Amino acid sequence: MQILDSAWLIPVIPLVSAGVLALAGRRLKEPIAGWVATVAVGASFVLSFGQLIALVGRPPEARTFVRTLYEWIPAGGFRVPVSYRIDPLSVVMILLITGVGALIHLYAIGYMKGDRDFTRFFFYLNLFVGSMLVLVLADNYLLLFVGWELVGACSYLLIGFWYQSSPNATAAKKAFVVNRVGDFGFVVGLMLIFSVVGSLDYGAVFSIAPSVMTAAMATAVCLCLLVGATGKSAQIPLYVWLPDAMAGPTPVSALIHAATMVTAGVYMIARSFVLWDLSPTAQGITVAIGIITALVAAVIAIGQFNIKKVLAYSTVSQLGYMIAGVGVGGAGYAAGIFHLLAHGFFKALLFLCAGSVIVGMHHEEDMRKMGGLRTKMPITFITYTIGFLALDGIFPFAGYFSKDGILAALFEHGTWWSQVAWALGLVGAFLTATYMARQWFMVFFGKPRWDEDVHPHESPWLMTVPLIVLAIPSTLFGTAGLPGFNQLHRWLEPVFGVAGGEPELLNATTFALLLTSLVVAGSGLVVGWAIWYRATADQRATLAGRLGGVVPFVRNKLYVDEAYAATFERPGYRLTAVLGDEMDQRGIDWLVMGTGAAFKRAGAWFSKGQNGLIRAYAAVMGAGALVFVVYVLARGVSR
Amino acid sequence: MLIADAIAAPPSDWWAIAPQLVLGGTAVVIILMICVKRVDPGWNALVAAVGTVASGVFAWEQWRQVTTDANPRLAYSGMIAVDGFSAFLVLVVCVAAFLGVLLADQYFKREGIDRGEYYALLLFSACGMQFMAAANNLVMVFVALELLSICLYVLSAWNRDDSRSQEAGAKYLLLGAYSSAILLFGIALLYGGTGTTNLARMAEIFSENVTREPGLVLLGMVFVIVGLGFKIAAVPFHMWTPDVYQGAPTPVVGFMASGAKIAGFAGLFRVLETGLAAFEFDWQPLLVGLAIVTMLGGSILAIAQRDVKRMLAYSSIAHAGFILTGLASGTAAGVRGALFYLVAYVFMIAGAFGVVALLARRGERYTSLDDYRDMFRREPVLATVLAFFLFAMAGIPGTSGFVAKFAVFTGVADAHQWVLLTVGTVASVISAYFYLRLVVYMYMRPEVDEGEAQPAALPRVRWAPATVVALVLTVFFTIQLGILPQGLLDMAGKATLLF
Repeated sequence: MQILDSAWLIPVIPLVSAGVLALAGRRLKEPIAGWVATVAVGASFVLSFGQLIALVGRPPEARTFVRTLYEWIPAGGFRVPVSYRIDPLSVVMILLITGVGALIHLYAIGYMKGDRDFTRFFFYLNLFVGSMLVLVLADNYLLLFVGWELVGACSYLLIGFWYQSSPNATAAKKAFVVNRVGDFGFVVGLMLIFSVVGSLDYGAVFSIAPSVMTAAMATAVCLCLLVGATGKSAQIPLYVWLPDAMAGPTPVSALIHAATMVTAGVYMIARSFVLWDLSPTAQGITVAIGIITALVAAVIAIGQFNIKKVLAYSTVSQLGYMIAGVGVGGAGYAAGIFHLLAHGFFKALLFLCAGSVIVGMHHEEDMRKMGGLRTKMPITFITYTIGFLALDGIFPFAGYFSKDGILAALFEHGTWWSQVAWALGLVGAFLTATYMARQWFMVFFGKPRWDEDVHPHESPWLMTVPLIVLAIPSTLFGTAGLPGFNQLHRWLEPVFGVAGGEPELLNATTFALLLTSLVVAGSGLVVGWAIWYRATADQRATLAGRLGGVVPFVRNKLYVDEAYAATFERPGYRLTAVLGDEMDQRGIDWLVMGTGAAFKRAGAWFSKGQNGLIRAYAAVMGAGALVFVVYVLARGVSR
Repeated sequence: MLIADAIAAPPSDWWAIAPQLVLGGTAVVIILMICVKRVDPGWNALVAAVGTVASGVFAWEQWRQVTTDANPRLAYSGMIAVDGFSAFLVLVVCVAAFLGVLLADQYFKREGIDRGEYYALLLFSACGMQFMAAANNLVMVFVALELLSICLYVLSAWNRDDSRSQEAGAKYLLLGAYSSAILLFGIALLYGGTGTTNLARMAEIFSENVTREPGLVLLGMVFVIVGLGFKIAAVPFHMWTPDVYQGAPTPVVGFMASGAKIAGFAGLFRVLETGLAAFEFDWQPLLVGLAIVTMLGGSILAIAQRDVKRMLAYSSIAHAGFILTGLASGTAAGVRGALFYLVAYVFMIAGAFGVVALLARRGERYTSLDDYRDMFRREPVLATVLAFFLFAMAGIPGTSGFVAKFAVFTGVADAHQWVLLTVGTVASVISAYFYLRLVVYMYMRPEVDEGEAQPAALPRVRWAPATVVALVLTVFFTIQLGILPQGLLDMAGKATLLF
């Protein structure tokens, strides 16, 4: 009980540290601020680990612990308790956030070395970790939404961290605006829940919803929440902000835009599994959006030359798998969370490796100017290779089992659409292996294509240690979900209950599925090897020529940004021009300014009565009293 | 009834008036200290501070007893009521007096007028305020009001070498005497109508429906409202406020603005809710009208001010209007909100005047808006603290001012008084203008327009420990009541129920 009671400290420690850093500002010198921030997140990790131990020590059915800290203004029937929930799901989330978070903080001390705003960076980073912990520890949708918005704000601040350059500021704005669209849907979803259930507490919603929610209402709620998830977790149609978000410093990309924040949508759907189970329609749509996103993003990733953009599209694609996993329900809930965790490790690792490469290459991000780095940066190379194999889904690395879990859940769901999704997922897996092989060969193999003044070097220990540490779970974490054993699935059983379905058994079907995945991933690797290692530049050009218009189409990200600009942005500008110039300035401003001026004039006029003479004051008082007397007497007479 | 019985002294119930006794006793001790040996007035301040805290401890104990054992009782032949309402407000008076003592020390040293008698007068005045909170008899109301007022008249004129201070004292005295006469007239009429001055007895008479003269009662009610309306500075009985607040020494204003208003509201609530509850449908429209003109008048007139002390005076008038809406709503939620508002207001106004006192420098020369230009650059900490209080008074969420307005407006909405609610909302928007204008002057207007005076280069403000403590306390509670208001809201709820 002792440790569980202290869980409120987990988000509070990084938040307090953020406050300290914000107040100290530049007075806190360079490495110290980073260490303060890192230690704060590390302390939260230790506490989170304590929660895990406390939960393990309890019987499975008693592993949900809710504690209300205090109640914010209760207004009528609407109550906002600030309370946290420790259960198997939130515990694995906080462990991921604080564990990977602490490593990335450590890495950032090295990565941000010499930056003008070193302290500000760690202030934002700590603020983010605290907010993310609020999000996952919340015991009601409103508090979750508070965290949801806070991480969005932190994301905005960190994407635009180097705000002096205009593309970064634009990218930050884009992320913010696109997320507003998603958040709007999310808020509408919350209002629907409240209108039907009358509460936003998880406990109340999940126990009452099945009896009071019609299937149509459940579909509406889930689709609204799904809109929120497509914004936060970068799914079609709102994924466009995430690739641009790579403008932020690389540790930010690793922490926020790969491992934690973007998985909030997946977490939210898993948390709301009761609602999704009520609506098969919503489940189908969720799976469709997830798997199509997985496929489209993987296609785009093949055409990118920026080392971080490839990883960004890869993240979008992997998030698609997770969404599809939690969307299909049943065993998919646990599988989605499994992939979320595994992806958190290896994608953070890949981003940090990319950061290491970028630093080594003197802030060059174009893969066409890399090549042959495996000898210059051996640690980065080895750890990157581990992350790459994990993402590809090669036995026995983490991604192999986690991605397979989702595909198996899709296959075994047994409806036609889930098996179509399974097939598309396999295609996506093939593409994943291809684009990652392409990146691996372009960066680390072949002849050096560096600019002349570039001298690649291995990064300092502050940066390589997190790489090595992250390589361990990227390799071994798959054991948490070995088919037939399914430890993670069993661990999450108290949360998902019967909705979590039967865990994957070790039988002929499973074996066949596992083998299929491996073959697909392997062939993807081979294709990648053939095109980007074996083939000469001329052969590649011939191939591109044969493919014709497809190549520029893919390189230009399927022209989605351009399409959005034509359909939303330009008409939007025209609309704001009318609203802003005509309605706002001439109409509303006139009214507002006029009202203000009127009150100002009234104030000046009335204050003339304040002439300083006591007899005048006494007269006013007397007159006031007289009015009262007349009023009372008049009432008395009329009665 | 035998004459001997009639004049027999009532049984003494020391416990019922323990907080008042402590304050009065401390004041006597201070006077004795001055008589015996002239010590540094800092010692008087210390004794006064300890006295207010001790009084607060007794008040807290009273509060604990009446809320846990639920035994509100009367003492001294029904003169004094010991219930949730009285204990709550007695406690708030202790807070106001404590802040008044802390903020005074540094100011009077700077002005060279630090004399120990100041603290004795302040404590006597606070003692009167506490008696007001506990008064259950119209005679007691009047005596308490005179005790607190006469001390305040003297305190307003404390800086006798400053003509502004003298003027403030004289104006306050004359108009105060005028309003006291009106109040006394009202009390006499009520006595004439009912034959008693005891509020509880009065309510019984009305419930037995044996009122001899309803006309007398109604007129008496009007004059009592007018007399107490003067104390809380409700429009149109507010005319003295800007002149007195501008002229009187700033720490006195801080104490007066908080303490006298608590006392005025205590009297008003008690007389109307206990004694004249049967006439609710007669006094409620009066209060609604009073609240409307007070909120609008205070807010609109503040816009025209260019002196910060005057502006805050009108702001305190507007606050009185918001508090009145709680009572005017006639709902338990409204009265609860009003009591919460009073507490939030005490911290905000004492803190704001505390900062203004520091920034005015020696001789209180720098109180105009132009003197606050670019204040953030020159006094970053004080400017931030003042800006914070201004935000709180404007009712920005996250501060106690927001919760306070929300709480009273909840009561108004419960009573379906939409006119009052609309006016209240509009008035709070208007008031945001002049609060934020001062913030703009402090933070965003370094350049001087043509024809305006360049801000003078002033010496840095020095901090005394007592001032720091006072400002930290006021800031802390303004935040705390804005984020975690439930504790005080519950207290205020109990204070209204135990009438």
